[in-house]
Amino acid sequence: MSRRVAIVGVGVVAPGAIGTKEFWSMLTEGRTATRKITFFDPSRFRSRVAAEIDFDPAANGLTPQEIRRMDRGVQLAVVAAREAMADADLALAVTDPTRVGVTIGTAVGATMGLDQEYNVVSDSGRLHLVDHEYAVPHLYDYLVPTSFAREVAWAAGAEGPTAVVSTGCTSGLDSVAHAVDLIREGSADVMVAGASDAPISPITLACFDAIKATTPRNDDPEHASRPFDANRAGFVLGEGSAIFILEELGHAQARGARIYAEIAGFGSRCNAFHMTGLRPDGAEMAEAITAALTEARLDVSAVDYINAHGSGTRQNDRHETAAFKLSLGHRAYEVPVSSIKSMIGHSLGAIGSIEIAASVLAIQNNVVPPTANLDSPDPECDLDYVPKVAREQRVDTVLSVGSGFGGFQSAMVLRRADGRAA
Amino acid sequence: MTSSVITGIGVVAPNGLGTEEYWGAALAGTSGIGPVGRFDASGYPARLSGEVPGFAAEEHLPSRLLPQTDHMTRLALVAADWALRDAGVDGETFPALDMGVVTAASAGGFEFGQRELERLWGQGNEYVSAYQSFAWFYAVNTGQISIRNGMKGPSGVLVNDQAGGLDAIAQARRQLRRGSKLIITGGVDGSICPWGWIGHIASGQLSTSEDPATAYLPFDSRAAGHVTGEGGAILIMEDAAAARARGASHVYGEIAGYAATFDPRAGRGREPGLRRAIEIALADAGAAAGDVDVVFADAAGLPEPDRAEAAAIAAVFGPGSVPVTAPKTMTGRLHAGGAAVDVATALLAIRDGIVPPTVNVRPAPDYPIELVTGGPLRLPVRVAVVIARGLGGFNSVLVVRAPGEATDNANEIKGAIHAA
Repeated sequence: MSRRVAIVGVGVVAPGAIGTKEFWSMLTEGRTATRKITFFDPSRFRSRVAAEIDFDPAANGLTPQEIRRMDRGVQLAVVAAREAMADADLALAVTDPTRVGVTIGTAVGATMGLDQEYNVVSDSGRLHLVDHEYAVPHLYDYLVPTSFAREVAWAAGAEGPTAVVSTGCTSGLDSVAHAVDLIREGSADVMVAGASDAPISPITLACFDAIKATTPRNDDPEHASRPFDANRAGFVLGEGSAIFILEELGHAQARGARIYAEIAGFGSRCNAFHMTGLRPDGAEMAEAITAALTEARLDVSAVDYINAHGSGTRQNDRHETAAFKLSLGHRAYEVPVSSIKSMIGHSLGAIGSIEIAASVLAIQNNVVPPTANLDSPDPECDLDYVPKVAREQRVDTVLSVGSGFGGFQSAMVLRRADGRAA
Repeated sequence: MTSSVITGIGVVAPNGLGTEEYWGAALAGTSGIGPVGRFDASGYPARLSGEVPGFAAEEHLPSRLLPQTDHMTRLALVAADWALRDAGVDGETFPALDMGVVTAASAGGFEFGQRELERLWGQGNEYVSAYQSFAWFYAVNTGQISIRNGMKGPSGVLVNDQAGGLDAIAQARRQLRRGSKLIITGGVDGSICPWGWIGHIASGQLSTSEDPATAYLPFDSRAAGHVTGEGGAILIMEDAAAARARGASHVYGEIAGYAATFDPRAGRGREPGLRRAIEIALADAGAAAGDVDVVFADAAGLPEPDRAEAAAIAAVFGPGSVPVTAPKTMTGRLHAGGAAVDVATALLAIRDGIVPPTVNVRPAPDYPIELVTGGPLRLPVRVAVVIARGLGGFNSVLVVRAPGEATDNANEIKGAIHAA
């Protein structure tokens, strides 16, 4: 491939941090944003903690009509996209809107809107034949979540290829990878790419309660997300968005853009095993990692940091630990591995992009963010998970991985761009 | 560059369960549009739909899959089974990591989702099914097809409304170019339940007619919306060399070109993106406008988008210069499933040298396109263009070519257009 892809702008809206700068401070300080759910009364649920964002759409620049027509997940995406565009000074780059595309990942789309509207049109489940006269005018945008990409395209003035990518909890990695493909193949020169999910809603909580995937540790919400810890008990639901401006490397260099990192490689596989289950050997995630490194033309020794999926379920933590050992061999024991879900929870389709943001900031700052709450390591998870305290070290190459329902396993390699570090 | 060919088709459509049943109905002009049967729609302003006839999931799928799947996923699994059988392949044909699944989705498993929302709000959160977490979400069909057939290669899901079906096929082609041997692709969709229905009504695009013969009339002066339906098509896409090497019994055609664009927001005074998508897709295929034998239209069924589509087709091909058809007038719009059915239809038209008609429509004289109406058109088809648009501005165009029809001057044309 002769066309290479750089990240030239970053925007993040995460629990505890609106804006990239605040996000990075939070991660490096090891602060957690998990808390008792405040969006609704969670008392009837098994898991009652989440990583919520204190998000005021008007204060973040959305107009009354934007607020009315956009589901919360779309609002987060648009705010993150505007930050990324300002960061990249996109207006300078856009000579031709037809060469600018958009890809947005989301696992569950406009779930909050759907849940709330269903409650109204069914009169709290009383009516099977729901009443269309009570429907909000933009209900179709909740039914089919294309507005995630449409609104970002409108915000960017993009007229190139535009898509919503929805591969469950790997959506945030897969969406950015899709954008990379579009630039490499020449379908676009600039992509506004990332992901968003705002799933903290009764139906989502009930789903995960039913399969005991989320933590029942409700007594100490700030320390409820405990990836790789022996006392973990499931993941903590989160919300958020991260959006990037991707640009063809030569195009970016020609305009003297600040380059955060190059997206050097990507791989994805399916486990073809179970919609929610993982085989303990991690074989398919290992294959995805190897494919990503191969595409990046890098040896395992080049990996300086692994941004883990680290959801904090026993199944996941062991699965990916096995995958790292399988794909990286002895290098797996030398490389720091951390999970930012320990601080900001698991925002389903969004988290893959938020973790890419953490990865490129690690490269920019030469700092590895920690795994918070890692007090008592699980003896079966025997790698270096960077417990509780961020670590200063040279970071040129990051491997970021994701794993999700449906069996999807994805891995991305991010690398400091040659000689043009941000 | 390797070429990506379709070697298997499975169609589940409102006017035919099974590829040949669908194809026979399409050529005969038999519509599958009728009164909504999946629930009592008499109290809603739209009362017609396109529903897949005679589908009993338990006849086709193991009983353990039934409690965990929505109706549309069951249709998708069966369409995938049929497509694989048609291609003469299974989960063992190639190494598991060389086979993947890329499908389009729109609403996810919405009927399943309504039932669980009813339990949540009506009975309590502890009554929600353990399967809800994955039976509803958009990735369900790809995940379930991958598991059922043991396919572990790169996979994906696109959610771009009706355009998504073409975007998924294009993504499948990318995976083959990257080294996969076989991808199951296309889309099967359906959200015909009360909760999905009011979402479709809110789109403002549904016809309120009660007469199946006049409800969905694209490019007709009476056009007043579309009928929504369920179903779709699953296609087996293979690298041409890999298909040859395994001795594939037949090749329907090649996925030769593709492009996607997004419309500028209304009021910006810029041209919509469809014409550009057609031009880029043709360039990608190395085809000139004059090489195209037939265009399968998106056919929104409302004056403004119909006019825009007709204008884009006429701008590229010349007014009335290429036959245009919309067999979806017999199925309704199937959302994530619709474009895949159109691609299957284009491949069958190539196979049999006949183009199915646009039914019920009296073409309005002011649209500069030549619509195939009245009956099927006998026509050797070497190159077909399929157009799909998603609500909100998504335009996707796919070029399908007869097997072995690659033009010698393909690279020359591509170079010329890129230079321009």
